[in-house]
Amino acid sequence: MDYVEIISIFAENKPGKLEKITEVLAKENINILGFSIISVKDFGVIKFLVDMPEKAYQKFKEKGFTVAKIPAIGIELEDRPGGLYEVVKLISSKGVNIESALVYVAETRKKAYFVFEVDELEKAWELLKNEKVKFLKSSNFVNE
Amino acid sequence: MFWNKEIETIPEEKLKDIQLERLKKVVQYAYERVPYYRKKFEEAGIKPEDIKTLEDIKYIPFTSKADLREVYPFGMFAVPLSEIVEIHSSSGTTGKPVVMGYTREDIEVWKEVMARSLTMMGVTKEDIIQIAYGYGVFTGGLGFHYGALTIGATIVPSSAGNTRRQIELMRDFGTTVLACTPSYALYLAEYAKDEMGIDPRTLKLKAGSFGAEMWTEEMRREIEKRFGIKAYNVYGLTEIIGPGVAHECEAQEGLHIWEDHFLPEIIDPETGEPLPEGERGELVLTTLTKKGVPMIRFRTRDITAFISGKCSCGRTSRRIERIRGRTDDMIKVRGVMIFPYQIEKAILEVQGVEPHYQIILTRPHYLDEIEIQVEMSKEIFSDEVRKIEELKKRLEKRIEETIGVRVKVTLVESKSLPRSEGKAKRVIDKRGLK
Repeated sequence: MDYVEIISIFAENKPGKLEKITEVLAKENINILGFSIISVKDFGVIKFLVDMPEKAYQKFKEKGFTVAKIPAIGIELEDRPGGLYEVVKLISSKGVNIESALVYVAETRKKAYFVFEVDELEKAWELLKNEKVKFLKSSNFVNE
Repeated sequence: MFWNKEIETIPEEKLKDIQLERLKKVVQYAYERVPYYRKKFEEAGIKPEDIKTLEDIKYIPFTSKADLREVYPFGMFAVPLSEIVEIHSSSGTTGKPVVMGYTREDIEVWKEVMARSLTMMGVTKEDIIQIAYGYGVFTGGLGFHYGALTIGATIVPSSAGNTRRQIELMRDFGTTVLACTPSYALYLAEYAKDEMGIDPRTLKLKAGSFGAEMWTEEMRREIEKRFGIKAYNVYGLTEIIGPGVAHECEAQEGLHIWEDHFLPEIIDPETGEPLPEGERGELVLTTLTKKGVPMIRFRTRDITAFISGKCSCGRTSRRIERIRGRTDDMIKVRGVMIFPYQIEKAILEVQGVEPHYQIILTRPHYLDEIEIQVEMSKEIFSDEVRKIEELKKRLEKRIEETIGVRVKVTLVESKSLPRSEGKAKRVIDKRGLK
């Protein structure tokens, strides 16, 4: 199964929170490849795709953050109008529900990936694995 | 296991005889030696001789914490300072401290009741007891120390604080019994696991005696689970003697009060009238043997009830329920009486949430609002916002069902609420009342 790990952090919706979180990554020289922020009134969830997921996870844990590693599937997007539409259409045609997603731009104007979380990862993988798309592998970007 | 089987299993009638004899004596003693009591008796129009039965105690005026503060520091002492061998003082969490002096005899009583209490939970001279209550003018540390010393257990007087060291001592010395506040016990377990990578269950602990603050059955189960021990409830207060007024036996079904030394009553906190057995009210205690500072009808402000029926352990001393709250912890929100323990219970019922929370009261538009901040724990963190919202709603619903008032729950980051090494500060009142 080709999947990647996303680092997910619980944060209160307060000034300076994102700063503290990104500071951890900066200090450890961990590169952010993609991220997303979801916020609801008084809290939010911040997600990162990084080049050193295990190290990032450990560091956040050490610093007392509420952090989780979440598996996700990444599919390559074509850099043209309708690129995202086609990928999303494919996913929904299989009845797979996207819980949350982020975009990883691997090479500017050349390659990007749509990275998304689903409820049942293995089931989603079974439904998608034979499609003629390029899946993102950890080995494509993990650097630890 | 008994420390003093004869007195611990004394028939009720015989106990009452002892209590009456001692009550008459202490009333006379206090009247003669402490001007405060003489004045109170005179105001109420009674004399010590008027006390002829145990029930007659109801004619004696109550003593309140405010009364004790007024005579700060030594106004309640019944003996000259030369007879006092030790001084303790209440932790002063609710105002000016209260000062208590112990004679040599009082210390002997303290040793006796603490030895009974510890023996009742299975402590013997073979045990290694780590006392992580504060040593000092606070009675917790030394009270346990005297009891353990009397039994002959090996004492590790670690006192409160320095959490890493506490865990190292437990691990290296093979501590079998832990004594501290329940919130600190939970913190120790959390710290051992998260900061030191030590599973608290691998320690040699078998039991713990926890008290000096309010806690719940759910918290007991949590402590028992995390350490793999039996957790016992201890009750005491500086004004009476310190820890050792009451303690749970191995049945864990209420706390036995050492009635030969402390005479308990349960009253309606509003009217001051005695309540029928089993009804919840304020505990009032009279010291029957104390010489340094006799306490007559002291209003503890602790809410509890007598448990009727015989205990399976064979002790005849009466039992009280775990303390349900303090009359001054009662929060009145929109006219409804609420105790923090109710909120705690509700949070813990919603599975998986760690018992770290804070209650914040505000009055933004002439109407009380309760916000409850609950820490998000690693165990229940879902990265799906939808599930976090659901958890929040479940908490709000459960709390509302328990206390009957709508609340707002805010999930806060793990370890963002203040951790206590002593008493937990659960309520922050920003309403600016009084």
